[in-house]
Amino acid sequence: MKQETIIKTVGLNCCYGSLCVLKDVNLEIYKNEILGIIGPANSGKTTFLRALNKLNYLNSSYSQKGDIYFSNESIKNIGENILRRKIGIIFALPQVLPVSIFDNVAYGPKVHGVTGKNTISQVVENALKKAYLWDEVKDRLNEPAVRLSGGQQQRLCIARTLAVEPDVILYDEPCSGLDPISTAKVEDAMQQLKESYTQILVTNNTKQAARVTERCVFLLMGEVIEVGETDALFTEPQDKRTDDYITGRFG
Amino acid sequence: MNAARIRQKIAFLVLAIATLLIVIPILLTIFYIVKNGISAVTWTFITQSPRNGMKEGGIFPAIVGTIVLVIGTMLFSLPVGVLSAIYLVEYAKDNFFTRLVKLSVVNLSGIPSIIYGLFGFTLFVLLMKLGTSILAGSLTLAIMSLPVIITATKEALESVPFSFREISFSLGATKWQTIRYCVLPYAIPGILTGTVLSLSRAAGETAPILFTVAAFYLPRLPRSVFDQVMALPYHLYTISTQVPNMPMELSFATGFVLIALVFIMNLVSIILRAHYRKKKLW
Amino acid sequence: MFRRINEKIIESCIKLSGLLVIIFVFLIFLFLLKDSISLFGQYPIGQFLFGRNWLPISEPPKFGIVPLLLGSIYVTIGAIVICVPFGVAAAMFIAEVAPGYLKHVLKSLIEILASIPSVVLGFIGIVWLGPFLRNTFGLKTGMCGLTGSLLLAFMALPTIISICEDALVGVPRTYKEAAFGLGATHWQTLWRIILPAASSGIIAAVMLGIGRVIGETMVVMMVTGNAPVIPKSILEPLRTLTATIAGEMGETVGGSEHYFALFAVGVVLFIITFMINLVADVCMRRAKK
Repeated sequence: MKQETIIKTVGLNCCYGSLCVLKDVNLEIYKNEILGIIGPANSGKTTFLRALNKLNYLNSSYSQKGDIYFSNESIKNIGENILRRKIGIIFALPQVLPVSIFDNVAYGPKVHGVTGKNTISQVVENALKKAYLWDEVKDRLNEPAVRLSGGQQQRLCIARTLAVEPDVILYDEPCSGLDPISTAKVEDAMQQLKESYTQILVTNNTKQAARVTERCVFLLMGEVIEVGETDALFTEPQDKRTDDYITGRFG
Repeated sequence: MNAARIRQKIAFLVLAIATLLIVIPILLTIFYIVKNGISAVTWTFITQSPRNGMKEGGIFPAIVGTIVLVIGTMLFSLPVGVLSAIYLVEYAKDNFFTRLVKLSVVNLSGIPSIIYGLFGFTLFVLLMKLGTSILAGSLTLAIMSLPVIITATKEALESVPFSFREISFSLGATKWQTIRYCVLPYAIPGILTGTVLSLSRAAGETAPILFTVAAFYLPRLPRSVFDQVMALPYHLYTISTQVPNMPMELSFATGFVLIALVFIMNLVSIILRAHYRKKKLW
Repeated sequence: MFRRINEKIIESCIKLSGLLVIIFVFLIFLFLLKDSISLFGQYPIGQFLFGRNWLPISEPPKFGIVPLLLGSIYVTIGAIVICVPFGVAAAMFIAEVAPGYLKHVLKSLIEILASIPSVVLGFIGIVWLGPFLRNTFGLKTGMCGLTGSLLLAFMALPTIISICEDALVGVPRTYKEAAFGLGATHWQTLWRIILPAASSGIIAAVMLGIGRVIGETMVVMMVTGNAPVIPKSILEPLRTLTATIAGEMGETVGGSEHYFALFAVGVVLFIITFMINLVADVCMRRAKK
């Protein structure tokens, strides 16, 4: 069954000032897959992720060459605020707004014009359920979000992203600050979300990549070294550098 | 004890004495005004108009005038100041124009108050034909207050963590939505504190209002923004320099009321600052 | 859609506000210049800048600003000579010597001083300081430059103390620790290492103090005697640039030579304070590095 491409990068080059961190990246991302991006630190993984929803432009020294297509349309023609609604992102360290749990999740929908107390409550509840957080917080929705544990906050971040109904969810090393149990809960959520969303996971943890992803991209120093099905990539890597990284000889 | 430590003790003593020689006059000044003025600060003093060439009666119109000018100043300086600061922090790119704006803010804060008076006179009183009026005086004081409000707002905005903006943008909010919902609400304490501080300074200024609004003797309250008003600082100036045989207690009392007004405003600003620091949200 | 238009309007207002600040500075200078150029049509600029007589009501009127300039300079030097040593000393004490609670008390007191309106200090000069100096030094009048200098020094202290304190606190802790590691006492460290390291900030503080003093109007108008003659010493009555504008403006007729002359004085004052603030800004920039 041929998979449908939802995001395509063509000749993508990303630079901060004179330092170029991504060189000529050509990748296709298929609908509803869980794609992993692995590689040592400073390979450009985060930059690649944030290029997809134009978040790199928050940095004034950023410049980009090449094209990125989302559903066959160049993202240069898509407004940032519209694009970012469709492509959501979960950051490495859980970042919550200093408001209640409910308001954190409701922020996105409100900003996009959803009104009506009941509608918003429903949206918030659905999002929290999909993020596997509803049962733990349903009785304390008005408490400050900062009181949640790290793992709960990260799932809250997933919920607030889900609340704006994206098509793609980007994860930038989402479990790097979490304990194993919280990590497992986040990974479970990702598996459940696969049906309705395309997900891209950047991770430093090769074992996590092996557990969760279906395809993997190995990035080294800003270049794509190898792309392939996760099982194949991990058992029989084509490139020696991929093999070195996976077996832990560096990284 | 060796020579170096002895020298240190002497040096620190000298520093302490220097500081004391500064602090004591401050306390004495306040004490002097309060002691000589408080007996004349009666309810009638605060609520009546001056009579008999200022030598009797009260300073009610001057108090009202100062309050009116402070409100007018706030109405003009707060929006412009906050918006300018928002521009500098959230929109300005790192270019020549931005540097020019920042330089202009610094320059505005260094301009002598009498120059503001001249400018206000030429622009508002004459050119815009507002005449010596509350409007002209408030506009003049507002321009003078801009640097303080801009600086305070700028610091308040910069102290809001960048992650708030990042979260908002990543959910698809526009720039203004992000500022309005994720930045400005958390900057309000700093903005408030800075505004009250700048208004307390405006309340005590004489030079900018000399030619733009101040009236020597106006026993009735202002009826419109085109009227002149009396003002506390100007009143103190005239009764101490231009009224012969002025009873001393009334002069001291006027000074006392002016200081009290300024101090109360300062206290409000300090209380606000402490209150919000306790509520630290992040 | 409606929201998009709303946002565009708000963003235009924001950008306009940034522009407004620049416009004000230019406008102020322009207005001053325009009305003072009218003077130089009728009165030679050389006699204005270098004339030693300020007699606006004589026939013909004389508008030489040297007496006013000297008045401002005398009073400023007098003030700086007093407030810089005291201010730097107090800043050193607050930043390095005073224990925690005392620091807060002192800083609050300095803030209180900063908030006292200038007209109140002028008033105190008239009712107490002037007579006190006259009696102590046997002067002809207490309304002289010295009274002004003392009060101005008092007024400039908060500026000097707070900026110096910032400069001292801004010196990297590593300097201090290195010195202590080598066995220096706290005072030696303060005097030989921290103070020199903070020098740009201290110079900036002094320049801003000078700017504040030169630009002050009410205090000098009330206590320095208002005599627009070249002062023989600081113990005599004199007149500053600021007091001239404030004091004589009410007596002029709009459009007269006198009126324009006062604007010309304003231009001189503006340029002087502008230069001073520019130097201070450069020093502050260097201090932050």
